[in-house]
Amino acid sequence: MDYKDYYAVMAVARDATQDQIKRAYRKLARKYHPDVSKEPDAEKRFKELGEAYEVLKDPEKRAAYDQLGSNWRAGQDFKPPPGWDAGFEFSGGGYTDADHGGFSDFFESLFGQGGQFHAGGFRRGGRVSTRGEDHHARIEVSLEDAFQGATLSIQLRIPEYDAHGRLSDHLRKLQVKIPRGVTAGKRIRLAGQGGAGFNGGPAGDLFLEVSLRPHPLYQVEGKDVFLNLPITPWEAALGGKVEVPTLGGRVDLNIPAGARSGQKMRLKGRGIPVPGDTAGDQLVVLQIVTPPADSEAKKALYEKMAREIPFNPRTHLGG
Amino acid sequence: MAGKRQAYQPDIDYSFSLAEISRCCGVTAEKILVLVGEGVLSPYGQSQREWRFAAADLTRAMSALRLERDLGINPAGAALAIELLDEMQQLRERVRLLESLFFPR
Repeated sequence: MDYKDYYAVMAVARDATQDQIKRAYRKLARKYHPDVSKEPDAEKRFKELGEAYEVLKDPEKRAAYDQLGSNWRAGQDFKPPPGWDAGFEFSGGGYTDADHGGFSDFFESLFGQGGQFHAGGFRRGGRVSTRGEDHHARIEVSLEDAFQGATLSIQLRIPEYDAHGRLSDHLRKLQVKIPRGVTAGKRIRLAGQGGAGFNGGPAGDLFLEVSLRPHPLYQVEGKDVFLNLPITPWEAALGGKVEVPTLGGRVDLNIPAGARSGQKMRLKGRGIPVPGDTAGDQLVVLQIVTPPADSEAKKALYEKMAREIPFNPRTHLGG
Repeated sequence: MAGKRQAYQPDIDYSFSLAEISRCCGVTAEKILVLVGEGVLSPYGQSQREWRFAAADLTRAMSALRLERDLGINPAGAALAIELLDEMQQLRERVRLLESLFFPR
């Protein structure tokens, strides 16, 4: 088991006052709250923070933790010394209102398990039947699967309390039909696939929040799909037909004569086909790419253009 | 049906009554009414008994309740945070989109 340096987690000194600890918690909680933060490890950091605060905000627990001494390093292998918590009121655990689900082994070895609280909560119902818990998870779907619909095999880590009230993850594999036209942020529901009911109560539901995997070609905004399309200067100047990939296959796009870089062209209905709504569009953004003047002949051509096509793109800059 | 295992058919078009969304969030209906009052949730339907909450409301309700609980803010503060977070999310996506379209690496 690894030692946890709760003072380092909260970035406070070992002699910080309770007020300083509270302020540090509020500040870090806002920073790492999973609903607020975009940091990839926000959830883990927030949990660590909650655990550290749970100990440091409570003078009893803090005193007990401090008694372990300051010579430990975070991550160091740790075993609580025998009788270390004698004389502290909380011996035996089960004393706080905080949700201990997911606190570290280090915390549990010092302060007992929060799990007992949950297990007790479930049993309290006696013979009354209760509906199972809803489960929530995220799934990442490729843009192609969102466009066409697909059947995906997914693995979910389901935290469960065993008969002793201990929290552990169990791996659940299931196949899910991803409906055609699903967009990012949608929460699809699998009725009855959540936690089991108690005493004959119905099972809860499983909610899967969809996010789209980044695509090498396309960008997605809602139901619209964006594509950056490089074109040549002569295609831009003269116009012409260009073949463009879309999620539904390649289509011809007519570039108008005099096209500009950054110009947006709409392929109606070629985006994500959202059920019960009009389909999204594909938006093609033109980008003019000039060929390199990497031979004498090419240089000569560019020089000829410079002579024969008088052109100042900077007139608006007063040039 | 693909594979040996049964493939589950999910719902995408679903909504909740006041009682259902309260149960999903593990709070009393009064808590949900407060979030409606703050404009975090916008049920459709005439009377409270007919109210239906869209699937997206569940996400917003759970997020608001977590913010209230974890950051010690009141429902009005949570409502403001949710609005600003929504706006930030939209702006982030817009920036990501524009960057990839106009400054491709």
